[in-house]
Amino acid sequence: MKKKRLVTRTIILAVLALAVGYTLYANMNKDKNQKIEVGKPAPDFVLVDMEGNKHRLSEYKGQGVFVNFWATWCKPCEREMPYIENQYQQFKDQGVQVLAIDSSESELVVNKFVERKGLNFPVLIDKDGQVQAAYGINPLPITFLIDKEGNVVKSHTGELTEETVREFMEQIKP
Amino acid sequence: MNEIKCECGHVNPHGTILCESCGRVLEEKEKEKQLVDMRYEGSARRSQTYNKTIIDKIWNFFSSVKVGVWLIIILLVASSLGTIFPQEMYIPPLMPAGEYYQEQYGWLGKLYYDLGFHNLYSSWWYLLLIAALGISLIIASLDRVVPLYRSLTNQRVSRHESFLKRQRMFSVSNADLSGETVDKIKNLLTQKRYKIREENGNILAEKNRFSRWGPYVNHLGLVIFLLGGMLRFVPGMYVDEILWLREGETKAIPGTEGQYYLKNNAFIFEVYDKEKDDEVFQNAIDKVGTVVKNYQTDATLYKKQGDTVPGEKPELEKVRDQSIQVNKPLKIDGFALYQVDYKLDEMNKMAFKLENKKTGDQFGDVAVDLYDPEMNYDLGNGYKVEVMSYFPDFEFNEDGEPATKSRIPNNPAFIFKMFTPDKPEGEISFVAIRQTIEPMGDNDYKMIFNGVETKNVTALTVRKDLTLWLIGLGGLIFMIGVVQGAYWNHRRLWIRRVDSQIWTAAHTNKNWHGLKRELDTIFADSGIKAPEDQLSDDKKE
Repeated sequence: MKKKRLVTRTIILAVLALAVGYTLYANMNKDKNQKIEVGKPAPDFVLVDMEGNKHRLSEYKGQGVFVNFWATWCKPCEREMPYIENQYQQFKDQGVQVLAIDSSESELVVNKFVERKGLNFPVLIDKDGQVQAAYGINPLPITFLIDKEGNVVKSHTGELTEETVREFMEQIKP
Repeated sequence: MNEIKCECGHVNPHGTILCESCGRVLEEKEKEKQLVDMRYEGSARRSQTYNKTIIDKIWNFFSSVKVGVWLIIILLVASSLGTIFPQEMYIPPLMPAGEYYQEQYGWLGKLYYDLGFHNLYSSWWYLLLIAALGISLIIASLDRVVPLYRSLTNQRVSRHESFLKRQRMFSVSNADLSGETVDKIKNLLTQKRYKIREENGNILAEKNRFSRWGPYVNHLGLVIFLLGGMLRFVPGMYVDEILWLREGETKAIPGTEGQYYLKNNAFIFEVYDKEKDDEVFQNAIDKVGTVVKNYQTDATLYKKQGDTVPGEKPELEKVRDQSIQVNKPLKIDGFALYQVDYKLDEMNKMAFKLENKKTGDQFGDVAVDLYDPEMNYDLGNGYKVEVMSYFPDFEFNEDGEPATKSRIPNNPAFIFKMFTPDKPEGEISFVAIRQTIEPMGDNDYKMIFNGVETKNVTALTVRKDLTLWLIGLGGLIFMIGVVQGAYWNHRRLWIRRVDSQIWTAAHTNKNWHGLKRELDTIFADSGIKAPEDQLSDDKKE
């Protein structure tokens, strides 16, 4: 009888612990990225760069894509830009593409920024925030690594060092 | 197993204070007391019986009412802390939250932010507290309702003398029970809706036992309520987003996966007018100045046609026009959009004129769209203005360089290059609100401010809640439990022959006065004394 009681108690406590555990887990992940899962295909998007060329993510199959969400007013974004530019120069011939997606700013502001920083990779403006919504972007900067199959390899929130940029590109090199 | 066998032959679980069957006092300590403790019928609350394994220890912790009460107190305090300043989700998303709290509420705001109180209700520790309370409710209830149920179903009609005389309501009469008297009393008891059981000429009359389950029904309701809250974390069950929309702007409604779009045609902010509105409002207007009459967003709802890739211009089909007012939401597919906030007169366009400082001659109009400025403004006749830099939300950064805090034109600033026939190489001028800097020395020309066009911004809450019915059900069960426990009393009366005496005893879980009055009428002309309150001082009555 005593044993039975222990079993009942253990089961009830286990069920409760499971429910609480799930709730906490779900809550923790609520603000993080629900939309993007590592290993799953990255949501497709089409945006126009500063020169007027269309870039569609799915057309980069076969290449690794380094997708960076940023804004000119975001200090860490500004600091990491030169690193991305440097590494882009190293990796662009090895099948790694960089797509930098600006968060809903005006063309003038972005153009001036690109000019000032001397950026050569495609810079796209997500004017109405559709792509940001699809990727569940909250704080900037955030970087997604997409492999040659179009699957998400990694997402990274926050500033990058030149070393991490290099590692990241190495990771998605086809 | 340590079971206790009572003298009457009934086997009780370990820890039982009063025999479930006959009511004999089993606990030595209890025997010295004048009255028995009738809480939970003197049954063995499971938690208190042993304390062996870690599982039992956890169980006992949550079973404790004391722990439960503390959890409630801590939760109340924590919840009230979250209301001191608005939560992060309710502040305008124009600047980093940390800065906002500091700017609005000073060092207290900063502390509030640093302690994480800006997201208090979804913090892990708050959820853990709620979860602990839920577990405590379940375990404490289980631990009490099971033994209580056992005792109440096992109770025998003839209770032991030691049980009867330790009841709060008790009397001894030197009389005999004639069949007539018994019938009369039984009759009266039945009229009062008592259920009567007899055994060897002893009587147990009982009513409203279901009232004892009230607290547990109530707890069950609470647990269902919490379950509903938990369900909100399941994807698709609950959406609570905010949509900021400038006049003229069309945006996807968050939470709808880009299926629906909303356009803000106009945001209307009306106040009561002393002249035009009813006289009844006059006093209030005099007292507080302005009284808002209406917050309204005139919106158009669109549905996306076909599949588009994010970033592509979606093809939108108009669903309908609707005015959204406070408490009059726009509803679509289980989503409701409520008017929740607004911002009046956000800068949208700024107009300048180029002026010759000496002659005062003015050239052309430069109207800059602050959300999408042009690079060049040709004013004709060789007059031209180029925007070299634009800072929508201007500040000087740590290095003393002009920078922007956000993309919202809260404080627009420009670096203009002015080309004129007499200065074909251009003059550079930095222009911010009430501030002009000429970094290259004195210019011949300047940009003069020529008005601003503003737009209102509306904020709508986007809400979908598929958990409401469960939360409502929990609330209903909660209330049923409250009513069940509060409006009925569980009353019992024992009548027992002891030698040539008649002993009566009675018990109720609340409202002893009511029980007393009821028993007085029942025993009125029977020759038997009604049970008397052993706790009241005026026993002679």
